[in-house]
Parts: sequence; structure tokens; C-alpha cells
Amino acid sequence: MSIDSLIILIYVLVLASYLGFELIAKVPPTLHTPLMSGSNAISGITIVGALLACNELGYTTVSKWMGMIALVLATINVVGGYAVTDRMLKMFKK
Amino acid sequence: MNITIQLLYLFSSVLFIIGIKMMNKTKDARAGNLLSSVGMLIAIIATLMQIEVISMVEIFICIIIGSLIGLYYAYKVEMTQIPEMVALFNGFGGLASVAVAISDYWLKSQITVANIDIIILVSIILSVFIGGITFTGSMVAFLKLNGRITGSPITFKGQHPLNLVMLISFILASVATWMNPSDINLMVVLVLISLLLGILTVIPIGGADMPVVISLLNSYSGMAACTTGFILNNNVLIVAGALVGASGIILTQIMCKAMNRSLVNVLLGGFGQTVAGEQTEGPSIIVKEVGVEEAAMLFDSASSVIVVPGYGMAVAQAQHVIRELMEQCEKRNISFKFAIHPVAGRMPGHMNVLLAEANISYDKLIEMDEINNEFSNTDLVFIVGANDVVNPAAETNPQSPIFGMPILSAHKARTIIVSKRSMGKGYAGVENELFGYPNCLMLFGDAKQTIAKVVSEIKEL
Repeated sequence: MSIDSLIILIYVLVLASYLGFELIAKVPPTLHTPLMSGSNAISGITIVGALLACNELGYTTVSKWMGMIALVLATINVVGGYAVTDRMLKMFKK
Repeated sequence: MNITIQLLYLFSSVLFIIGIKMMNKTKDARAGNLLSSVGMLIAIIATLMQIEVISMVEIFICIIIGSLIGLYYAYKVEMTQIPEMVALFNGFGGLASVAVAISDYWLKSQITVANIDIIILVSIILSVFIGGITFTGSMVAFLKLNGRITGSPITFKGQHPLNLVMLISFILASVATWMNPSDINLMVVLVLISLLLGILTVIPIGGADMPVVISLLNSYSGMAACTTGFILNNNVLIVAGALVGASGIILTQIMCKAMNRSLVNVLLGGFGQTVAGEQTEGPSIIVKEVGVEEAAMLFDSASSVIVVPGYGMAVAQAQHVIRELMEQCEKRNISFKFAIHPVAGRMPGHMNVLLAEANISYDKLIEMDEINNEFSNTDLVFIVGANDVVNPAAETNPQSPIFGMPILSAHKARTIIVSKRSMGKGYAGVENELFGYPNCLMLFGDAKQTIAKVVSEIKEL
């Protein structure tokens, strides 16, 4: 990886973190539990890495098996996280 | 690099951001969550576009297995168990990051045998470190929360020096890996140290401090996703990971403030010991009991009621009878509100979810800072399953382990009724002097049964 692409990634990291702080500070305490399980689902974005790892080379390599393990775990995180968040938010009524 | 794929990743990052933004309002939150899940779907589709057709079969099998497990847990879980579930899923996310990092490491060090780029190698090591700690740390939190291992702090002599030794060994092993990237044994050592550190840093933390720990682990899982983004040179991972990292840190700070602890204190771990250790037997408190009928009359004659719910209410499954109590009071034009302490329940905002499940409107749930001025003008405060969050010792007794923690000023109300199973201590193991106050009455018994009796008494009045 070149230094240039590293710098771009760090830019993205810093700006996204700042944006995250701004946005999340405004979430009302009532919604903190759904926020946490929802952001938990977002952290399942590792699924992208898992999918790419599954694509590597032959079937027998450690890389591929690790990718498949990661894929199952990340999918649980994503699907379960969004589903339970939706289940909770459905209950919030006025 | 395919431009369509990159644009799709950008689009999905934007959807994550808008999704979180919509969580700022309770009425938009559900749509926000849906939008964020669409963002995830787009990121997955964009990734699948880069994958050889041959790999698709096993990919779909993995996705189906993962989805079924995820959905099963999501629909089976009780609302009281949400903290455990979040901890468990966090752990899975952390382990997934470790697996992705090892996968990439293996490919670069064993298969292609090219020189590993230093930036990639550092990202891999960080991903293993953060992901590993997230995984085992979350598993310990999960086991503590569901009571499979003790909620009280597990400590031993030399705990902190041991952690330091582990950390130094990790750094040394990292340097060795940099000098000899193809040595698998070193990577095994790195993984094992990370996993051990996760266990060691969470076991000394007491059950009462779990809300802080889950928030922090939530943040770690985001950071782990970020490091994976650095390994793969992928922006969407970094954006999503940074959002989660920020979210976890903010919630951690809110929890720390609500429990009067510093973030450094949390990061060092090992807190919660003083609470269990320094507890001395104070003078025993003399309490006044109240019967069901008298309690019903107190409700009937009040013009304003504030309920202070705690996790004990949810354990007794008393939310629904409290809603009935609310309906009876509102029929008699008695103002009825709930005072929610930031650490009520087992994770941030947990109490709101538990009450929402019982069909209690969210505009009746008032936050601590907003409602604390109202207690002195309130006829009746009804405390159900809460203890430490109403203990006046936090304000008056510098010797108390919870001194300095912001509390709900329930003691300022004209009359207080406490629904409690028996004279036990709070989750923090501290005696509550409120119970001995002259305006405080104890309603002993199982919360669900006694409140149900109170409700039927009120109906007859």
C-alpha cells in the first residue's frame, strides 16, 4: 500500500469519526439500546472483508476457511443485529 | 478498481450515516434502521460483484447459516436479555475481524510469498489485537450477564502487572513478526495473547459496571472493523467502523458519568472491587412496612405519581401490572410518570425498551436531569426493583462506595413506597439508607403479585 492511499484512509477515518460523534451525541437516551444494537449490526460490515477472503484461491487453504468462518460470524452479527433492533423499535409507541 | 463498485460503497456509507441520523428522533428510528440495513445489503452486493462465480456456492451456504442463526436469536431473545445478546454479537464481530486478518495474513505470507507491506502488516496485527480482545472480552461479559459465571469481580494478585507483561510480549511478538513475516508461530502467539487479554481485562469488572463494559466493547468492535478496512484498503469498512467506534465511546462516556467513574478508570479495568471489598456493616436500618390496602389508598389520594423502575422490576416481570396501575391512576386524573436513571437496567437505554415492551408510551419516560426538580412537588414516588440509583448516600455519605454518583432525588417526595422482595442490598452491594427515611414505606413481596393486588384494591376504591 502506498503512503498516498494510507493518507486517504486516515482522512476518511478521522472525518467519519468526527461525523459519528456529532450524530450520536444527538441520539436521545430513550434510544440508546436500539442505537447500540443497530450500530452493532453496522460493525458487521466486516462481512465485506469476509466475502473477499472467501474468494481467495483454492478450497483447501487456510485463507479460504478463515474467510468462511468470518462470513458466518459476520452474517449472524448483521442479520441478527438489524432484526433485533427492528423488533425493539417496533415497540416504541406514543 | 471498478468505479461502479466504489460508488456503491460510497452510497452504502451515506445510507449508514443517514440511518444513524434518523435515530435522533424516536418516530424516525425504525426507518433509519431499515435504511442502514439497505446500506449493508448494497455493500454486500457490491462485494459479491468482485467475486468469482466458483466461490458463490460456499458463500451462499455461509450466508444462509449465519442468517438463520442471527434471525433465530433476534426473535427468540427476551427483552431482559438484550445486553447479553449485544455482547454475544459484538464478540462474533470481533472474531470475524480476527479471521479476516488471519486469512489475509496467510495469503500474503504463505501463498504469494511476497514481502508483506508494512502498513498491511501493522493493520493485520491491530485487527488481531482489537478483534481478539473484543471476542473474548464480549464472551466474558456475556457469561457474566447471564449468570453462568459470577457477576462479582474476579481478581488475583499481580493482575495488572500480568496484563502489562502480556501487552509487552504482544509488542515484542509484533516486532518479531515484522522481521520474519512468514513465521506462523508468531501469529499464533499474537492471537493467543489478544484472546487472553480480552479475558483478563473483563473478569475483574463487577456486574454493576457491565453497562460501561458493553458500551466499550461495542466501540472496540467498530475499531476492529476499521482495522480490517485498512488491511483491505476499503473505505466503507472504515466509515462504518468509525461510526460504531464513535457511538460506543459516547455511550461509554455517558455511562461513566452516570456512575461517577472516569474513562481512564474504565480502560484500566479492575474497578468495582472497592464496592465489594470495603463494605462494612453499618447500623441496621429500621424500616416501616405498608400493606396492600394502605398502598392502594395512598395511590388513590395522590395527585402526582412518579415510578422509579429498576432492573428488579423486569426480573419480576412487573412491567405489565405497572401499566395497569398507570391506567387506573390516569382514570382518576392522577399524573403518572416514570423517572429513568441512565444506568437503569443492564445497558444504556435498557429500561426504555423494557417499558416500551409493556406498551408504555415513551413520552412518559423522563430522564434524570429533567425530572429531578419535580420530586419535591410529587405526592408519591413508587420505587420498583431499583436501589442504588435512589440511594441518598451517593450525595451525603463520602464513605459510601457509590458516593458522587448522580441519583434520582426520590427522597424529596412527600411519600415513598418501595416494592421489594426482601431487605437485600442493591446490585452494587450497598445498604440503602433511603429505606429508613420517615417518609419511606416498604411494600414487601414479589413485585408482580403485590402490585397486582394494589391494582385490584384501587379498582374497588
